[in-house]
Amino acid sequence: MNPVIRISNVVTRFGSNLVHDGITLSVKKGEIYGLLGGSGSGKSTLLREMIMLQRPQAGEISVLGHDLMSLGRKEAAWLQRQWGVLFQAGALYSSLTVAENIGIKLKEYAHLPKNILGEIVRMKIRMVGLPDHAAELYPAELSGGMIKRASLARALAMDPGLLFLDEPTSGLDPIGAEAFDKLILELREMLDLTVVMVTHDLDSIWTIVDRLAVLGDGKVIAEGSLEEVMRQPHPIIKQFFHGERGRIRSQHGK
Amino acid sequence: MKTLDHQAEVRFLQDREGGLLVVSSGSWRVAALNQVAPILERRCRGLRNRPLRWDLSRVSSIDSAGIILLKHYLDQLQAQGCKVEIVGASPAQQRLYQMVASYAMASPETREEHRSRFLRPFTRLGESAVAFLRDINAFLSFVGENFVVLMLLLLQPWKFRYRATIRNIQDAGVGALPIVTLTSFLIGVVIAYQGAVQLQKFGANIFVVDMIAISVTRELAPLITAIVVAGRTGSSYTAQIGVMKITQEIDAMRIMGFEPHRFLVLPRVVAVMIALPLMIFFADIIGILGGMLVANVHLNISFTEFIHRLQNVLEVKHVWIGIAKGPFFAWLIAMTGCFRGFQVSRNTESIGRYTTISVVNAIFLVIACDALFSVLLTELGI
Repeated sequence: MNPVIRISNVVTRFGSNLVHDGITLSVKKGEIYGLLGGSGSGKSTLLREMIMLQRPQAGEISVLGHDLMSLGRKEAAWLQRQWGVLFQAGALYSSLTVAENIGIKLKEYAHLPKNILGEIVRMKIRMVGLPDHAAELYPAELSGGMIKRASLARALAMDPGLLFLDEPTSGLDPIGAEAFDKLILELREMLDLTVVMVTHDLDSIWTIVDRLAVLGDGKVIAEGSLEEVMRQPHPIIKQFFHGERGRIRSQHGK
Repeated sequence: MKTLDHQAEVRFLQDREGGLLVVSSGSWRVAALNQVAPILERRCRGLRNRPLRWDLSRVSSIDSAGIILLKHYLDQLQAQGCKVEIVGASPAQQRLYQMVASYAMASPETREEHRSRFLRPFTRLGESAVAFLRDINAFLSFVGENFVVLMLLLLQPWKFRYRATIRNIQDAGVGALPIVTLTSFLIGVVIAYQGAVQLQKFGANIFVVDMIAISVTRELAPLITAIVVAGRTGSSYTAQIGVMKITQEIDAMRIMGFEPHRFLVLPRVVAVMIALPLMIFFADIIGILGGMLVANVHLNISFTEFIHRLQNVLEVKHVWIGIAKGPFFAWLIAMTGCFRGFQVSRNTESIGRYTTISVVNAIFLVIACDALFSVLLTELGI
């Protein structure tokens, strides 16, 4: 089967700073794929390139069989409806309530009666585990965990097949982070999602990620399941998984 | 076939036993539902107590929005006494239905609006009256806090932020000179023209000097300059402080013991209070200059003649009164600007709202204050 996302030989340069020096990886349907790497290793940049917020200098990125480097306007618009994105800080529209935030894409692209829209929004709110009264709150009135959940609900508004998460558990307490990980697993089961997540939360990597790629020195150092990656002798991987925190985590196991 | 696949479709058919058969087909995904929703709404409303079969076997794909639409009308039909039987649902569709149903059940909401339409204007009026009083209260406590900080500073004057004040004078005063020059020059021109037409009828050309001199120095220059400063500086104060509030810089200042009033408000207020009177004096000169030019061109009053007349008719008190209004206007503008800045809440929209409010408030207050001056000075006979 064709991979959902295929990236080959991507090169990205900011001025004289070479961020990606020939990245190649692929994401299969239905898996939770992790992008790892230290800060500055270009994992968020890679994510931005996958969702067409940025263009690499060279290389190929294809999502759902469409080549992002040569994409017509219509195709791009179609593609944008196939995915949902959870930004690191939520990026909820601050002048809209949670319900309006979730409903805005539905309102724009699906012309449905108001009561049906309301029901869809309410279902999404419950699906991500928010209380019903959160619908009428503004983003400024939400806690960090609720912001993540609300923007996850917004990302899922159109029932996308593909979900991009940029550090979904950063800024959450361990309990909240674990609950969020569990939620993502559940949603994957229910909605047949393919999930691509940028993360450096070791717990998330252990519990929910199926396959992952570790970025470093502008290249993919290792790609594969966690066991496969951990077997690699590269120093960055050693540092990452066999450092103090990694060791504690691997003693606890899955 | 491809087009069929892109839109959801639904047809209502009679089957052999006279029962109703609903056939849905196509893609029941969120972006493709816009045509079925009105059809379902129209057809389902009239159906009561009829057996019904709903065939899903031709639905190529369905998502949660499609399921919700389906469920909404199934529930409605059941509530209307129809017996609905679903046929041809695939296991995946059934699973999705279960999932959606588990989240969509028990919809409490539909809070009834008990207020009648007739009373609504009155509740609005009451609410805005309360909001207005609350605003005044907040402004007074802001002024009070500012005053306390000012008093403490008078005891320790070395703690005053001189450098920030100078920079604010530069921004609010010197930076505004071009626009003040332009507006006051034009005001002088306009007054001279309007006066000239009237005065020429009586052959009283020379009186245009009295008119320009007194109206510009006493009323127009202070007012116009203040309005320009309110639009230019007052709004920027609101926006600056508002952004600092959003980025939590104000909170950071407070926890470090940097009084926002000492660091942000007082330097701005003092700066405008110093700059505005100077700008009014400048506007006086430019305004009279504009009038002088028009008088020369239009009424044949030579520059020497104009200045000679000016020295005779323009008492210095008029200039002083105009300039003396400056600090009062300045205080009102800078205080409203800062006050509204602190009211900005943590969303981006409120910056725009409060900036608008701040300018409108400042201009209104300046004009009201000017009216007060007029009444007071007239009563005092000055």
